Amino acid sequence: MKKIEAIIKPFKLDDVKDALYEVGVKGMTVSEVKGHGRQKGHKEIYRGAEYVVDFIPKIKIEIIVDAEIVEQVVDTIRNAANTGKIGDGKIFVLPVDDVIRVRTGERGKDAI
Amino acid sequence: MAQISAGDTAFLLVSAALVLLMTPALGLFYGGMVRNKNVLGTIMHSVIMIAIISFEWVYIGYSMSFGPDVGGFIGDLSWFGLKGVGAAPSSTYATTIPHILFMIYQCMFAIITPALITGAFAERMKFGPFIIFSLLWAIVVYNPVCHWIWGSGGWLGAKGVLDFAGGLVVHLTSGAAALAAALVMGPRQGFGKRSFMPHNLPMTLLGTGLLWFGWFGFNGGSALAANGIAASAFVATHLAGMAAMASWCFMEKIKQGQATTLGAASGAIAGLATITPAAGFVSANSAIIIGLIAGVICYLAVSMKEKFGYDDSLDVVGIHGLGGFAGTIMLGIFASKAINPGGANGLLAGNPGFLATQIFGVLVVLVYAFVVSFVLFKIVDGIFGLRVSPEDEVQGLDLSQHSETAYNF
Repeated sequence: MKKIEAIIKPFKLDDVKDALYEVGVKGMTVSEVKGHGRQKGHKEIYRGAEYVVDFIPKIKIEIIVDAEIVEQVVDTIRNAANTGKIGDGKIFVLPVDDVIRVRTGERGKDAI
Repeated sequence: MAQISAGDTAFLLVSAALVLLMTPALGLFYGGMVRNKNVLGTIMHSVIMIAIISFEWVYIGYSMSFGPDVGGFIGDLSWFGLKGVGAAPSSTYATTIPHILFMIYQCMFAIITPALITGAFAERMKFGPFIIFSLLWAIVVYNPVCHWIWGSGGWLGAKGVLDFAGGLVVHLTSGAAALAAALVMGPRQGFGKRSFMPHNLPMTLLGTGLLWFGWFGFNGGSALAANGIAASAFVATHLAGMAAMASWCFMEKIKQGQATTLGAASGAIAGLATITPAAGFVSANSAIIIGLIAGVICYLAVSMKEKFGYDDSLDVVGIHGLGGFAGTIMLGIFASKAINPGGANGLLAGNPGFLATQIFGVLVVLVYAFVVSFVLFKIVDGIFGLRVSPEDEVQGLDLSQHSETAYNF
């Protein structure tokens, strides 16, 4: 089992979510986050004073999947979140030791 | 004894309530512009003035400002604790309404004036010394200047200086004190390096709307009667506010590419402050011109602040100080006896002498308010210390000064 963490542009969330449902992903956790990579921050102006905002709003999606479909899920996210411009985000793949469903106590793949 | 007018009395009762509303509204206007760790401390700076200054006003402030004149400079204390100020009209002030109503109407002006200063030292002032400063400031700056201009026998009023609703008494005194505050206190930690972005502009816009609403009582009520002059002042107030909002946003569009909501709010307040001395003495068309000019010059002043390097955090100098300054001088240009026979003719009506009188009044009030405020800040700083500790400043005023936070989940 693997955990896939994807940082994407906020306006791409719906596209990514729909594409993931189509390949059989059943659940996900989404959070509003702020950060930056190579994309520089943006400028805001208050009463004529310019402020550079370093951290840009992003969406973080976390999904746990069977190792067999990791490549498919990663490709799906890439295709759906790609605009071709700087700041499209990153995808991280991490190993997961175990998964436990709180309600039933099921473990491993059955609990995903 | 003069006859009480039911219409005038009803109008001034409502106007007094409208002016009271402006102080919590100012708290919201300022509160939205600070960081979220300082929003309660900032609102408190305005709101607590209702308690502090009302006490001061009832016992000594009203008598010092409007009581029997001593040498043109100050009222004596014979009206201490409102002695003799009752339901019967005054023989001198607003002779068609109860004297005690005139007193409470003026009280609301005295409350909001020190609250205006607080934008200059936002996010870094200790609460106790702030209370002491504000109380003393009301006594040594507000009361005398109020007496000079509006008190019977006041020397600036006797010279012919006009101030319809407080361009000098309210906005220039607080703006000059704000400049002194910024100089004495020094900038916030990280000023010029880190960004101090407003945490809640909708709150600032709500405050703007409530201030504008209250301003109809502030300026309209300053006619002290429900009459044509009140209507002129009401209209001039609205027109200057809207014109300055438009011209400030226009300047933003030209200079920085986009108009902002904070710009709309700032422009409106700049226009309302600038028309304050002139409302009731100028025509509707003049009010629009005054408003358009106010939006442009206050925008430029606020933009230039960074070059001077002082941290007038919420732009009290650039908006209220400059507004009161410019509005009082523009009254010298645009005043017309056709609008208010009890007023004066200005430069455009062929009377340059009145413009000179207004400039004299502005300079006197500016110098007096700045110097006395500066000395007072230094004294309070020397005895009690004005600034919170560096740790408290990082933690924020809400927690460090009031043991509470605004936004809890």
